[in-house]
Amino acid sequence: MFESLQEKLEGALKRFRGQSVISEENVSEALKEIRRALLEADVNLNVVKKFVDDVREKAIGTEVKGKLMPDQLIVKIVHDELVELLGSKTAELTLSPQPPTIIMVAGLQGSGKTTFCAKLARNLRKKGRQPLLVACDVHRPAAILQLQQLAQQVKIPVYTEDTKDAVSIAKNALAYSKKFGRDIIIVDTAGRLTIDEEMMQEVRNIYDAVKPTETLFVCDAMIGQDAVTTAKAFHDLLSLTGIVLTKLDGDTRGGAALSVLNVVGKPIKFVGTGEKLEALEPFHPERIASRILGMGDILTLVEKAEQQIDEEQAKKLEEKIRKNQFTFVDFLDQLKTIQKMGSLKDLLGLIPGMDKQLRNVNIDDKAFKKVEAMILSMTLQERNQPKIINGSRRQRIARGSGTTVQDVNRLLKQFEEMQKMMKMVTQNKRSRFLPKLPGFSK
Amino acid sequence: MGFFSKLKEKFTQQVDKVTEIVSEKVNSVVEKAAETLKIDRLKDGLAKTRKSFVDKFKMVLGAGRKIDEKLLDEIEEILITADIGVNTTEEIIEKVRKRVKKEGYEDAEDVYKLLKEEIHEILLKSPSANNDAIYHIDESDKPKVIMVIGVNGVGKTTTIGKLAYNYKKAGKEVLIGAADTFRAAANEQLEIWAERAGVGIIQQLQGADPAAVAFDTLKSAIANKKDVVIIDTAGRLHNKANLMAELEKISRVMKKLKPTAPDEVFLVLDATTGQNAINQAKEFMKSAPISGIVLTKLDGTAKGGVVIPIANELKIPVRYIGVGEKIDDLQLFDPSYFIEALFGLDDEVDEEDEGKME
Repeated sequence: MFESLQEKLEGALKRFRGQSVISEENVSEALKEIRRALLEADVNLNVVKKFVDDVREKAIGTEVKGKLMPDQLIVKIVHDELVELLGSKTAELTLSPQPPTIIMVAGLQGSGKTTFCAKLARNLRKKGRQPLLVACDVHRPAAILQLQQLAQQVKIPVYTEDTKDAVSIAKNALAYSKKFGRDIIIVDTAGRLTIDEEMMQEVRNIYDAVKPTETLFVCDAMIGQDAVTTAKAFHDLLSLTGIVLTKLDGDTRGGAALSVLNVVGKPIKFVGTGEKLEALEPFHPERIASRILGMGDILTLVEKAEQQIDEEQAKKLEEKIRKNQFTFVDFLDQLKTIQKMGSLKDLLGLIPGMDKQLRNVNIDDKAFKKVEAMILSMTLQERNQPKIINGSRRQRIARGSGTTVQDVNRLLKQFEEMQKMMKMVTQNKRSRFLPKLPGFSK
Repeated sequence: MGFFSKLKEKFTQQVDKVTEIVSEKVNSVVEKAAETLKIDRLKDGLAKTRKSFVDKFKMVLGAGRKIDEKLLDEIEEILITADIGVNTTEEIIEKVRKRVKKEGYEDAEDVYKLLKEEIHEILLKSPSANNDAIYHIDESDKPKVIMVIGVNGVGKTTTIGKLAYNYKKAGKEVLIGAADTFRAAANEQLEIWAERAGVGIIQQLQGADPAAVAFDTLKSAIANKKDVVIIDTAGRLHNKANLMAELEKISRVMKKLKPTAPDEVFLVLDATTGQNAINQAKEFMKSAPISGIVLTKLDGTAKGGVVIPIANELKIPVRYIGVGEKIDDLQLFDPSYFIEALFGLDDEVDEEDEGKME
């Protein structure tokens, strides 16, 4: 399912290795694969068609030069084109020069508006602002309470009224914010279907009443072909200024991002990446482009790693690997670092080319615990010199860690293999596959 | 036996026969009426969906057009825009292409019939065809435990409110377990729905162990001889191993009280979801024995076409569809009705729709 586009293209373009120019003939099969990949990623059909035509135009006649193979070249063209469409740089929130800045949030039911509002408020307060949340979802049961409870977690005030009139709540909140010196107000609205005329009129009335600085369309990253219809309806009614893509911590390819952008023509300003209130990130076009194409997201991975590994540590490690002194002590450190970075499965998904081999392997983060337990059951001497671990030591380690001797054997064997691999990697023999991590045989 | 008694006997037989025929007739009329009513309701809910679908088809399959590759391409595109997905769409088109060749169809209009049949077959192959017994509960098997799962924001809580209402209306005693102890105000939201449906609810404080809530609910249901237990769970993305393990735990703990629990696991899918719904179904299947899908928000412009590849690839039946925000807006899914509503070209209804849309 998640076969990367690059892999598919390799097949489609194999015959053309060695040809120096991309032609109509050798590109047609590849374009079919690109079309398919985009559709599987839920990019809207019309957007796909236009996109493929653009790529065809750009690709034909391009000279194949340097180290790039034709397939790689096409992926590059596609990727660049995607990045350009997605907006070449990160878009910031517009703040009104005259406070309060009014941010209005709208979208379908269940897209994640209320959670986003609380995240945004938290984010803005961190930057020294004084946000006020306004609960205008008077329709869904307990929606106001949900916003209040979320806001309480981050200690941000919520303006509510005991009425069914969302427009008057919004109006009064505006007056309230001026009186109490809140410089940003975030208006949460009820989820609504675009064919519900009454509800669409309500959201329009709220819009007219508060005249927002920013009107953000909150869109579930998992949405399918219908994204275009929905986004268009909201945009026609509210002239949106930005898009928020939620639930991007799932495994969706997120092709909707492209569809919605295409319709609204306004940047994606935030992405939601988790249920916790700190899980709000700026949008990085590069990453979504890679994700849509199933190419992994090496940038996010690098960034995640950067956050966790300090450089000095990394240098020392490299040195050790080069000298073949990588021991269980280092390995334990590594494990801890990886664990800090998040779930292993998520991480593997971020590495280009890794998808196919590992996607089907059900990696259980609990496996870490097992490996950790085994290493912790070794003496310091054993950790530094695994070679001394003989039969009776193995038995002791197994007992100590609640595992079996077979588990210990496997770990030792794989550790040895890993050492070899690492040596190879550092000697610049490029291996296509990442070394097998000990303890994760399958 | 005397002449009169013979006559009487004959007469009685005749009367019985007439009664039988009449009652049969009446029954069939009633059934038909009920059926029409059901279709109309569904058609109503799917009016928008069907409208765009049918319009597109009408455009493509216009009178006098012959079947050719270009036509099939256009149909392929319509199917893709309905979120049916590339793989299943290609499969359907391939089947249609073969049949056109083998059975010698020429007119574009015939393709419509073929498509309908092929999609129908996909939906029939999945056990969703058998939805009749859903409100029946064996006395010996009480309480029937239904667990409702899905990603965030698909409409689990709303579905549970409607489901509880449906069971209540079918004369069953329902108890809801509020095992979404994570999301803010999930308890209160479910409480409101339970109140609307007029059924009981068991809950604990936010942050409590969901498995404990499920256990308590089932225990109380057994003690109070309830017919149905419906367990709400927190929304979770299917790629989060720890949250999926939590689902397994909920099932495991309930089994201590009732070995077959959960008797049904409904996966709730949002009709606007694209191809990721297939991943969702696949991943959730690993942690819970999904017995059916509830397709929500079908009253919007989304077509919910993604259930077709799910039925095709995973053989999971669709049980219910949600077509509105009111408490009685959860309907039993019936493939025939679904396709009828999706493809129905009946002009009368079309005019009605047009009136509504303008």
